Amino acid sequence: MFENLSDRLTDVFNRLGSKGRLTESDVDAGLREVRLALLEADVNFKVVKDFVARVREQAIGEEVTKSLTPGQQVIKIVHDELVHLLGDANVPINESKNREQPTIVMLVGLQGAGKTTMAAKLALYMRKKGKTPLLVAADIYRPAAIKQLETLGKQLNIPVFSEGTDVSPPDIAEHALRQARINGNNFVIVDTAGRLQIDERLMGELQQVVERIGPTEIMLVVDAMIGQESVKVAEAFHAKVPLTGLIMTKIDGDARGGAALSMREVTGVPIKFLGTGEKTDAIEPFHPDRLAQRILGMGDVMTLIERAEQVYDKDEAKKMQKKMRKGTFDFEDFLGAMNSMRKLGPLQQILGMIPGIGKQLRQMKDLDEALDDREMKRIEAIIQSMTIKERRNPDLLKDPSRKRRISAGSGTRIEDVNALVKQFREMQRMMKRFGKGGQNPRDLMRMFK
Amino acid sequence: MFRRLFGGEERSEQEIKQEEKKIEQSVQKTKSGFFGRITAMFRSEDPITDELWDELEELLIAGDVGAENALKIVERVRERCEKKGLKFASEARSLLKSELVNRLDVDTPQYSERSTKPYVILVVGVNGVGKTTLIAKLSNRYKAMGKNVILAAADTFRAAAIDQLQHWADRVGVPVISQQPGADPGAVAYDATQATYNQQADVLIIDTAGRLQSKHNLMKELEKISNVVKKRWQYAPHEVLLVLDATTGQNGLIQARAFTQAAQVTHLALTKLDGTAKGGIAFAIVQEIERPIKYIGTGETINDLALFDGESFVNALFEEE
Repeated sequence: MFENLSDRLTDVFNRLGSKGRLTESDVDAGLREVRLALLEADVNFKVVKDFVARVREQAIGEEVTKSLTPGQQVIKIVHDELVHLLGDANVPINESKNREQPTIVMLVGLQGAGKTTMAAKLALYMRKKGKTPLLVAADIYRPAAIKQLETLGKQLNIPVFSEGTDVSPPDIAEHALRQARINGNNFVIVDTAGRLQIDERLMGELQQVVERIGPTEIMLVVDAMIGQESVKVAEAFHAKVPLTGLIMTKIDGDARGGAALSMREVTGVPIKFLGTGEKTDAIEPFHPDRLAQRILGMGDVMTLIERAEQVYDKDEAKKMQKKMRKGTFDFEDFLGAMNSMRKLGPLQQILGMIPGIGKQLRQMKDLDEALDDREMKRIEAIIQSMTIKERRNPDLLKDPSRKRRISAGSGTRIEDVNALVKQFREMQRMMKRFGKGGQNPRDLMRMFK
Repeated sequence: MFRRLFGGEERSEQEIKQEEKKIEQSVQKTKSGFFGRITAMFRSEDPITDELWDELEELLIAGDVGAENALKIVERVRERCEKKGLKFASEARSLLKSELVNRLDVDTPQYSERSTKPYVILVVGVNGVGKTTLIAKLSNRYKAMGKNVILAAADTFRAAAIDQLQHWADRVGVPVISQQPGADPGAVAYDATQATYNQQADVLIIDTAGRLQSKHNLMKELEKISNVVKKRWQYAPHEVLLVLDATTGQNGLIQARAFTQAAQVTHLALTKLDGTAKGGIAFAIVQEIERPIKYIGTGETINDLALFDGESFVNALFEEE
């Protein structure tokens, strides 16, 4: 996410950075690029204007022009302003203070923003935090919306409350709350129908739901792809129901998401979560400083470390490192590593978090192919068709009859097996080099190809 | 060319009028939004100034035309104004209009949907843009033309996507070919191809998954579906329709690029134009991928679909209240 923006800003400031002194016109030239970059990332044009003005004011001050590294200084100002614009610190989800009363979260937004998927993600996230969630299907308008929530609930084994499409949403919400109290669910998530902010009738209905159940948290779910309209949407929803949080969805994939900055700025409502992928565990609490760093191309190592900690067994990781360094890494380790990687999230996303790797990454043409899930599955199938002996001693695989057997067993072509073995050898070589301190990220990438 | 003659009826006058009316209604909001302000600006008898151009650029950006495109449009119009020696804002108006119309006017390889039988449409786009709803509207349109329509539920990934399509199909009264969730989309396409052939249906519309997360997967999936229908009819799919949400910002460009790479997009459809004061992304995307807009979704009911016409679109935007 935000990758184009970070490239662009990095480029501008690299140029600024190489200069000893900055004149006022240098700063202006840099800020013009900042403006364009922010606009292209769909930050609202008014917000951009104010932002640039604020940065300019500080950037042409005494301290900057007299500083030895004025470019760096400007980057710092942009960074700090971005963090400020994004809300300074992470704001955690509000929870009910009364132990008898469940926390009630209402998700609202336009059609197609991803509310239903987000409801399921949030439920899973809160269950991991020890809550007992109840999902409430209050979208009675979109065909199959209830079915979608029920399907997700079944997958995650989280209860879903629904009363079909004939009961009004305020009634459904109230009944659900009663049900939650009876069943001891302490975290209720109400999925409402998508609506246009100008639809008076449906907005009125939303107000009724709010009045009836008094939610702890009303979160506006917004598709990160939204354009300049984001500001109006946020303002209109905020005017009708008091929003307490924003959630950006679909923020994975490509460059996008400037709307987050705009909406935070015009409503003052904090961004609380990001939806980062299609799987139900793709949800992250929002951290302004981390996002600002990513926008500026400083990487997001914190999030990466946190995720890795969730996935990796520490002892396991140490063992692996040792093996890599010694070059005794075999196909079994490879399989294990692949599984851990998969748990960590899509490779492209992970690499995007590593400082300085973003740009190089996108220049690699075959990346998509390398990161393809199906490709991974094929590799897995090939390895699993090897005997334990073969996995531990890849040299055995020089034998063509073994290769034939593996290819038949895994349903792949013999060339595929050959390719994998070849890649594996290269990887082993690479790892030995890494052990000796080689650090080119391109080499690292080749390991996954 | 693979064209089977199948009664060459033309669009009636009445039909055309109806379409125009729909376009006009749907751009009402856009008109009162950013285009409304542009119209007001260029109506005045004030002299043309630098501020006027700056303001135009800003308004275009605010309308999601995109910073770079806005710059280009302003530059072009400005140049032409200077060349012609125009002095007043109102004089520049028709230049701006023709520039915008030009930007929407591109050609695409076409098969006649009236005479190609069956006419196979592949509908692509990211999740949440309103693909399924659009398909319902398309089915309705072809049905009204007296065609037999078959739908294929090849989005087997998103929870309840199949149910949603089925629901709409029941409303319109067209059959859906589907399999279990998680089934191979290629297999669904195959079944649908068989059914279309056996029943000698006129139109086959294929719904696809809108996953952008892995472009490689997406590409393979779309390629496979295409190949399946190609096996039966050499020139199918005759139309690859990329659906875009009109509220989309500059990311719409990235989406458009990804899908043009994954499938040979022939036309665009712009949805949710009713709810927003925008739609400027249309100008940016048409420029970028050089494919014309064919439809706009103009509301939430099944009849809210209009054939797009650049000139009447821009005219409607500039029309005075």
